[in-house]
Amino acid sequence: MSEHHIKLPEGSIEKTTTTLNLGPTHPATHGVMQNILELDGERIVSTEQTIGYIHRAFEKIAERRPLYQITTLTDRMNYCSSPINNMGWHLTCEKLLGVKTPKRVDYLRVIIMELARISDHLICNSIVGVDAGAYTGFLYVMQYRELIYEIYEEVCGARLTTNMGRIGGFERNFNDIAFQKIEKFLKEYPVVLKEFENLFQRNRIFMDRTKGTGAISAERALNYGFTGPNLRAAGIDYDIRVHAPYSSYEDFQFNIPVGTTGDNYDRWLVREQEMWQSLSIIEQAYQKVQEFKGTEADVFHADVPEYYLPEKPEVYTKMEALIYHFKIVMGEVDMPVGEVYNSVEGGNGELGFYLISDGGRTPYRLHFRRPCFIYYQAFEELIKGSMLSDAIMTMSSLNLIAGEMDS
Amino acid sequence: MLTNEQIKKRLTEKFPEEVTGFEEPYGMLTFEAPKELNLKVLNFLYDDEELKFRFLTTLCAVHYPEKKGRELAIVYHVHNLEDNIRLRFKVYTAISEPDIYTATGLFSAANWLERETYDFYGVNFIGHPNLKRILNVEEMDYHPMRKEYPLEDQTRIDKDDEMFGRGGESGFGTAKTEEGSGTIPESEQQHEEGKPIV
Repeated sequence: MSEHHIKLPEGSIEKTTTTLNLGPTHPATHGVMQNILELDGERIVSTEQTIGYIHRAFEKIAERRPLYQITTLTDRMNYCSSPINNMGWHLTCEKLLGVKTPKRVDYLRVIIMELARISDHLICNSIVGVDAGAYTGFLYVMQYRELIYEIYEEVCGARLTTNMGRIGGFERNFNDIAFQKIEKFLKEYPVVLKEFENLFQRNRIFMDRTKGTGAISAERALNYGFTGPNLRAAGIDYDIRVHAPYSSYEDFQFNIPVGTTGDNYDRWLVREQEMWQSLSIIEQAYQKVQEFKGTEADVFHADVPEYYLPEKPEVYTKMEALIYHFKIVMGEVDMPVGEVYNSVEGGNGELGFYLISDGGRTPYRLHFRRPCFIYYQAFEELIKGSMLSDAIMTMSSLNLIAGEMDS
Repeated sequence: MLTNEQIKKRLTEKFPEEVTGFEEPYGMLTFEAPKELNLKVLNFLYDDEELKFRFLTTLCAVHYPEKKGRELAIVYHVHNLEDNIRLRFKVYTAISEPDIYTATGLFSAANWLERETYDFYGVNFIGHPNLKRILNVEEMDYHPMRKEYPLEDQTRIDKDDEMFGRGGESGFGTAKTEEGSGTIPESEQQHEEGKPIV
């Protein structure tokens, strides 16, 4: 500490550390979360995290809602990749109800989920750049997140909180504009991603800022319940798309990129490589979807009349359709008794749904396994002894989404 | 590869009397044990060279008010990443004595998950390093996910929600009075308990 001491009044205890409140509303926290840091100069001695500022009691609310109304809760969790949450929820319901989806639906879902993964990783990686002082990349790639959002818009009508899909499939078939936009994305995005990579990957300043900071060993990462890109950056190739394939992921060829040191740079690289893998998956899925011809190309949902809303003209003309329509809208369909855990590879890790049904119309209990709630605990261990500016980088490279953390 | 049968066999060898209620809902092996043994079972699952359940996927509680003496269930989902198999393990506790041992010594991930479970269900994890509320405010004096706390009645009209776009001039979701405003008439607001509303 400084050699020039301020003369303190008699009997007062000298404090050698500084307390700094980072958050709850601070541009560097990317969300409503508070960190009370104890600093010795610029080094972090300890930290205490406070979360829960945007807790909305989703688990409680879900206990009153029929299955289809819970979809809107899920997309308010990780809002950077809400379609993955939506699809994960539908897959959970389908597992409980024993619904088998057609292949075309699976492939369409894969396209949407991988687009969502790209938009999630894109935001995370470009924000890491912003926190290191490089704004250009962020603004540049934002155009392509916009294009992804336009694709969502064509598919479901919404951009951020998508509420996309239904139990059994999609609410409507993808239109031609949606396919054109996907084609445009596949054509233009690789060039942009490459340029984005060139801006950062071997950039001296960026490497100096990220290499060796916020590192975690594979063993500690597992003990802390890390999943997704953060775990893979530490060197463990755990990916639910491969270990427990859902939505026909077993039909696709892709690699799982892994890092070695689990630091900020590796996390950035893993996300970057995953975007390339996602692009390749979208390409494969797009090819597969194009192979469906004739009536097969019109399939966009499974045949589950109890849970899938019938076509509007049928509601007006057919008795059965009217009954189902009424029962679904009023939430009067009983679920089978059972308990099911289902998880999908979300943007930042294993997004799990633990659903207990007592045979009623609403879940008896629904628990969300939110990946970033679990791995944010490790933040203290990650930044202890490092510089304040590294803590900011670590926070953004963990990809914390306050909405998901607080549920 | 490890199968559910092998796990079951291994567990019953180690805990012949204590581990009960084996089920396989949707393919996931589920069982329960007395609450005093939760750490012993988790430790065995973790340390055993065959089982190797070393990843805590999630932990949560469930409230069953009608099951007397075992109202709260604490559910652990653990994962063996090498053989890629999952397991669900439950312990039940009475709501009057919701004390169970913490798993933070085994899994660092359990820290916040247990705080969350304490926050919403009031489960007291013995030995937890920092057992305090995590998502709710610290002044809260109840555990909101328990079944005795119902969600707000969606048809209630006695609340001034003008700040949230309901009630007030727009009148959405509020009973209309003769004046056309969405608020409660003055006579009703000022009425004392026991006296009939005029």
